[in-house]
Amino acid sequence: MSKARDNILARLRARNAEKPPVDLDRGFNSPDWNRQQRIELFCKAMRSVRTEVHRVTAADWPEQLAKLVKEKQLKNLLYAPAGPLAEKIESAWRAGEELPELVTREVDVDGWKEELFFDIDAAITSTRSAIAEVGAMILWPTPEEPRTFSLVPPVHIAVVEADKLHNTFADAIANENWQDGMPTNALLISGPSKSADIEQTLAYGVHGPVELIVLLIE
Amino acid sequence: MQQKAEFDQRVQEALNNPQLRSNFRIAMDGLMEKRSNAFPDKSFMEELRVLGSKIRANALAKQPELLEQLEANCTRNGIQVHWAETIEQANRIVLEIMERHNATRMIKGKSMVSEEMEMNHFLEAQGKSCIESDLGEYIIQLDHETPSHIIAPAIHKSKQEIAKLFKAKHPDIPYSEDIETMTRSARQVLRSKFYEAEIGLSGVNFAVAETGTLCLVENEGNGRMCTTVPPVHIAVTGIEKVLEKLSDVPPLLKLLTRSASGQHISTYFNMISSPRKPGERDGPKEVHLVLLDNQRSKIYEDDELFDSLRCIRCGACMNHCPVYTRIGGHAYGSLIPGPIGSCIEPQKFGLDKFGVLPTASTLCGACGEVCPVKIPLPKLLHRLRYEQVRDDHTGATNGQGSQRSGKEAMIWKLWSWAHANPAVYRSGTRLASLFRGAIPNKIGPWTRVRTAPKIAPKSLHQLAREEGFDHE
Ligand code: SF4
Repeated sequence: MSKARDNILARLRARNAEKPPVDLDRGFNSPDWNRQQRIELFCKAMRSVRTEVHRVTAADWPEQLAKLVKEKQLKNLLYAPAGPLAEKIESAWRAGEELPELVTREVDVDGWKEELFFDIDAAITSTRSAIAEVGAMILWPTPEEPRTFSLVPPVHIAVVEADKLHNTFADAIANENWQDGMPTNALLISGPSKSADIEQTLAYGVHGPVELIVLLIE
Repeated sequence: MQQKAEFDQRVQEALNNPQLRSNFRIAMDGLMEKRSNAFPDKSFMEELRVLGSKIRANALAKQPELLEQLEANCTRNGIQVHWAETIEQANRIVLEIMERHNATRMIKGKSMVSEEMEMNHFLEAQGKSCIESDLGEYIIQLDHETPSHIIAPAIHKSKQEIAKLFKAKHPDIPYSEDIETMTRSARQVLRSKFYEAEIGLSGVNFAVAETGTLCLVENEGNGRMCTTVPPVHIAVTGIEKVLEKLSDVPPLLKLLTRSASGQHISTYFNMISSPRKPGERDGPKEVHLVLLDNQRSKIYEDDELFDSLRCIRCGACMNHCPVYTRIGGHAYGSLIPGPIGSCIEPQKFGLDKFGVLPTASTLCGACGEVCPVKIPLPKLLHRLRYEQVRDDHTGATNGQGSQRSGKEAMIWKLWSWAHANPAVYRSGTRLASLFRGAIPNKIGPWTRVRTAPKIAPKSLHQLAREEGFDHE
């Protein structure tokens, strides 16, 4: 199909010389928010789209997590044993009682797709950072915490660190130098999945998680 | 004139359908209100629109270089890039990929380009199954319909109509008119489709040349499913979707979600830069990008009309259009309805086929006022009206001059001749005032909804002279 390529480019080029360059000033102004303001904005925006946000501390989040999953009567919880949250989750589970079964599968998802699709109740992942302005978490899934963890199970629990809140999406890209190398998949997630395709009425829980729970470590 | 007769008939039918009209009225009022609430600060909105339009204009000005850069970076990242001049070529490319994998089951995320390609139709004729997974697209696929809105494809249907449709197609699921319940049953049905699919297909909202990244905006999670779960992901996009830099994305994303549905951000923003890398545990092992031209490079030739390529498909122009909100999307008879459809479709398929669309506008200006990338839609519609009657054969537009009528051209020639000759003009107006009583009360379609004009007994010139203004 390289003929198609050459033809298309040739047609565009035939006129392109005459298109004047556009005077584009990309400079952006980041809002001047402090840490507390970022936290408030983030929580407000996320809650407005039905995300359950819990404000926790670095010390107590595993306990809070255990309490939450018990209340929700989840059958099991998928986690990444080699991920950044593993140690704390495991110790909380050792200390707790009657907690949902901790599930881990350290092989390619292809090998246990059926279980992932039809048997897992919830998954927990870490996040890379987050955006205060619009209330979104940034995930760059890793081999330890694959892409489907935050997508397929009906409940997604995410741990967000308040210290990693950026003001805006533009700030996140600039501060983290995304242009220097993008991962296989980068994601912004702002709430549980939803649709307004029937009569423009919002309904939650379409194809992605029905519930999104955020543990915000302050 | 056949296209006009058919168009008029579709419009009549739509106007006489009270259910359809109320479905659109309610939905469009809601969307307009949501957009307006999402931009409480008008000066902030204006600044953002200027920036958005410049980002798109810049990308178009550099389009050939950026497409090459996109191709190079995608290829480096492991994404296989294909080019298609026509929809036939694009469909063949998709089919070949499926056949190479012995695949028969495709699950699709929302993609207007795949609708443009009539991909489902093509693949189904080859024995493949293509299932739409976006809730709105899924609903219209069940009913063998086409989208009536680019963002909300099933907006012409009421919940009762959808409930009946679900009951007919899925007799085992209990009947419900509750929207959340219906949404959940679609989730149920489609889960296993995601699970089984061998090919996932998606569109692209922005393709970033700088990093070779494909960006998808969505709320349902079906887009993520289609691009993550099946072993092969094919993305199809028009060549105009390319952006220069990653930093061009945030302003456009802001404009897109706010203009489309009043959301500050969509539920998911999915950025894909490569297939599964060694060591990664999920994601497609192959990612393909199909770049479709299908007349876009032709639109690109015209220095004015090429502004229509800036479009980011937010749908705001149709939501605010007094014509669209009354007749709905299907009456247009084109894939993309509303002002931007009336602008793009005739350019793609020819004014001989869709020349009536640019006339389906009151030129009230609402579309141009809300467009997040400041496409001067009324001006472009006006220009297309001119294109379809000009006969100098100098422009690049398909079907130029096709709606020219000899009679009409003659009348306008006479008109301008009379206005350029004072003697003729004066005797003409005198005659008109003299015989003003002879003008019939019914003059064709004009008087169907209006009263016939009455000529004044004295012309303006005459009145002015009587008042003592002797110089015109
Ligand atoms: S023309 Fe403008 S308003 Fe209409 S869909 Fe495109 S971007 Fe949106």
